Amino acid sequence: MLIDQTEQARTIGEQVHHFHGGLHLRHNKKISCQTPVQRTPVPSLLFIPLFQQYGAEAKATIEPGQYVLKGDEIGCFDHLGSGYVHAASSGVVKAISRLPISHPSGNDGWCVVIETDGLDQWKKLEPLTNWQHADPALLRREIRNSGIVGLGGAVFPTAHKTEEANKRNIHTLILNGSECEPYISCDEMLMREQPDLIVLGARILQRAIGASRIIIAIEDQMGVVNIALKRAVKKLSDDSIKIIKVTTIYPEGGEKQLIQVLTGLEVPTGGRPADLGLLCQNVATASAVAEAVVEGKPLIERIVTVSGSGIQQPRNLLARLGTPISDLVSQCGGYTQDVARLILGGPMMGYALNSDANPVIKAANCILALTKSDIQPQQPELPCIRCGDCARVCPAVLLPQQLDWLIRNQQWDKAAENGLADCIECGCCDFVCPSHIPLVAWFRFGKSELRTLAQERKQAEVAKQRHDARDDRLLRIKQERHRKMAEKKRAIKNKAAKKIKLAEAISRAAARRERKE
Amino acid sequence: MFTAILSITLLGGLFGFGLGWAARKFQVESDPVADQIEAILPQTQCGQCNYPGCRPYAEAIASGEADINQCPPGGENQITALADLLGVESKPLNPEYGEEKPKAVAVIDEAACIGCTLCIQACPVDAILGASKQMHTVIESECTGCDLCLAPCPVDCIEMIVRNPATSDWRWPKPRPEIPRLAVIADQMGMTDAH
Amino acid sequence: MSRKFDTGDAPHFPAQTTVAGVMRQVLYALVPGIITYCWFFGLGILFQIMLAVIFALLFEALMLKARKQPLKQYLGDWSAVVTAVLFALCLPPLAPWWVALIGMLFAIIVAKHLFGGLGHNVFNPAMVAYVVVLISFPQVMALWPPPISIAPHALDFTATIKTIFTGGLPLGLTWDSVSEATPLDAIRNSLASGHMVSEARQSPVFGDFGGLGWEWIANMYALGGFWLLWRRIISWHVPVMMISTVLTLGLIAYLVDPGSNPDPLQHVFSGALILGAFFIATDPVTGCTSTRGRLIFGVGVGVITLTIRRWGAYPDGVAFAVLLMNMAAPLIDRYTRPRIFGHRN
Repeated sequence: MLIDQTEQARTIGEQVHHFHGGLHLRHNKKISCQTPVQRTPVPSLLFIPLFQQYGAEAKATIEPGQYVLKGDEIGCFDHLGSGYVHAASSGVVKAISRLPISHPSGNDGWCVVIETDGLDQWKKLEPLTNWQHADPALLRREIRNSGIVGLGGAVFPTAHKTEEANKRNIHTLILNGSECEPYISCDEMLMREQPDLIVLGARILQRAIGASRIIIAIEDQMGVVNIALKRAVKKLSDDSIKIIKVTTIYPEGGEKQLIQVLTGLEVPTGGRPADLGLLCQNVATASAVAEAVVEGKPLIERIVTVSGSGIQQPRNLLARLGTPISDLVSQCGGYTQDVARLILGGPMMGYALNSDANPVIKAANCILALTKSDIQPQQPELPCIRCGDCARVCPAVLLPQQLDWLIRNQQWDKAAENGLADCIECGCCDFVCPSHIPLVAWFRFGKSELRTLAQERKQAEVAKQRHDARDDRLLRIKQERHRKMAEKKRAIKNKAAKKIKLAEAISRAAARRERKE
Repeated sequence: MFTAILSITLLGGLFGFGLGWAARKFQVESDPVADQIEAILPQTQCGQCNYPGCRPYAEAIASGEADINQCPPGGENQITALADLLGVESKPLNPEYGEEKPKAVAVIDEAACIGCTLCIQACPVDAILGASKQMHTVIESECTGCDLCLAPCPVDCIEMIVRNPATSDWRWPKPRPEIPRLAVIADQMGMTDAH
Repeated sequence: MSRKFDTGDAPHFPAQTTVAGVMRQVLYALVPGIITYCWFFGLGILFQIMLAVIFALLFEALMLKARKQPLKQYLGDWSAVVTAVLFALCLPPLAPWWVALIGMLFAIIVAKHLFGGLGHNVFNPAMVAYVVVLISFPQVMALWPPPISIAPHALDFTATIKTIFTGGLPLGLTWDSVSEATPLDAIRNSLASGHMVSEARQSPVFGDFGGLGWEWIANMYALGGFWLLWRRIISWHVPVMMISTVLTLGLIAYLVDPGSNPDPLQHVFSGALILGAFFIATDPVTGCTSTRGRLIFGVGVGVITLTIRRWGAYPDGVAFAVLLMNMAAPLIDRYTRPRIFGHRN
């Protein structure tokens, strides 16, 4: 079945399909695309969190007081040799303490504080100039050492993805340039200004995973981008790169939805695009790969869209990781009068931050400031009226209404059956609900509960196995003991019997001797 | 009237037979209840329920001897799951058997350990590594936090430590019930959400 | 200088629709039909609506207080008003005031709140109310005045009020003289007495395809229904399936036996079929939620309505059909769950 699907996936790009549901949202992107991307000046203090990628917090590999150059490694996962975090500018490590890390919980986490010296000096860069002929494994290692993660927001480690991809047969690399969430325009600006870098990154990734084709997906309203990218691709006169326009409908930019639109296929539940022979990467990730391989520069900065009705002059900024968000906001003219909420990410899936002292992290594709009138609901939460609009717009073809009932009543098995784990948290259902039920909040809670329960189930199973093994061991020991006892008894009996036999034989012999005499 | 009685009786009998036959023909084979109950229990084997392990407790529930709310490590989620399985009312954890505590793991103070193996013998999941007169240590990933090793230790060198939640352990919290009726009732019953 | 912010859940743009908004749209869609009704049958129906709305809000407030729920949110969601209006539109315009009282008692207290309130009721409250008063007060519910244009004694404004509130008629009139069989009644009676449908259709209560006056009211309801479809308040599945089922089965029955079956358009334009198709069977709380489920729901209501009209004891079967399908809705939903993305069925 999967083999057929992989074959069908090779027809990628020939036809544009549709996914179920989705919403037509107002883009609000133009307001931040009026000016070219500006650099944010390096602040005097950088607060670089060690929790930068999906799943785990890195450990610091430097000490306070140490002097670091721009690009020096300051953290990694100790036992996996991955999860690298680098210094975003040169200076002295002032401290490693628990500080705001732009986490959805609002909790603090481990942060490396660097007091920059203003020199902004790079470490010794070791670019792979001959990448076209380099071993793909070398390319992948370079990607890993540069701390590159998915810059579309999910921050999934790119090294992990490429290693996985290398083990499978990947025929097409998809670059995801369809930035579907309103307000976010960092990818669009990157594609406008650095199309060559993106295409270069695509080719490096292509070599790293052994794909035969590259597809760059962009939205059909990205006219300027289309021209810029086409020009970059033409320069290479490479037939294996194709630019495809997909319809602008939220959440087109979701990996699974994009693949469905390009190939008509669905990534199997619990599976990955690699199952269909595809690999999907964000365009910003591709450009980071290019910089890492060709210039030897690890990931230390990214383009951040600063936008929303709460910002005076929305624009896109190129900011170093660890820069406080307040710096970015002041560069945009500050807040407007009635700003009420600060969000990291887009208005549909982003999470609210409790303060603008939080730093820029790898996942910060957008900083959104919204005013009170934007976020004010017109009605308190009411019970579900079963209108079914949520199911109508769900891209994962779920029944959010059903899932909501089940999660509230802790029916975890049924919730899993109804596909809770397949929810992509896009927020479409929430947006159309007349009863204003916080569906996404319930599903996020439900999904993490499911994961925790699954983990606990696994642990309980292991504990039971160990307990049963222990019981077996004790039983075995007991049986051994009994067996030994029985043997000993038999041996004694035998000995006694032997003794008796011997005694009888001796007495018989003695008797015979006596008779003889 | 006689025909009415006869016809209703006949119909009743017919349908009754039909239902009985269907109940037997379409019966779904399922695990014995004790197995299903055991699958829900947390396998800590701590004995806080007054039974020597999770399997005996499961069997006791199945036979009606024990109640479903005697297991502190399982917590409220588990009581609800058991209540659902058995079709009975859910109830709060019985404080007689202990209270819900955050998951802790045992840690042996190596400096004080005398190598007596008493804790190794006590551990129901063989999570302690060591031998006579050799250093003992707890395998953190296998420890279920059952507390059974604390008592046998003659030098009291074992401590239960609650792991600090790491940033990667954080879970999305349960949304507060903003539905006006639930909030009002919760307030009145003194149950403001502390999740 | 850092600035603190309050946090909140994603999505950060609140939903644009509200329950009250949806309910109000339904009421707006009924206005053309109500105006047409008054045009043909007088202002009695407005009083029924007024009484029903007052009693509905009263009982709703009572139950909300009893259940310790906040009044403002739930009274403000307009759902009780919609129930009241849909119920009132099923009543004869001259029904006494206590019919609305008893109806709303059953609709709001029993059918809605005793089942759990907004969003939790299994049965359509308006239909429960209608069925209760229909079965409990058959004579009162059978007294339908004919359209004013053909009525021998049409009651004027003050007489209407008097009749509704006192139950008595102006001097010299009897109920027989102010009421007449409805089109469906006429068909049923003539079939019962061995005549053919075509003969029944000679009666002046019949118009071009449906009943006189009633067909226009049905058209106006349909207009309101199309507006609701355009505004995406309801989906096309239930109305289309219900009406097409009635047309198809009605056509087959008519072709097989034109003597005892009215033509399909007569079926569509009489009774509460159009009202039911666009406003009653599309009630989200008590209907199916999956699209396939809604198709089945619509077909089911159509089939049961026709069955009751043809062979049942009541002239119109829409209310009973809706209630019966309400019972089946959870099961239908269970079996028409869509295939989840990435799952292989």
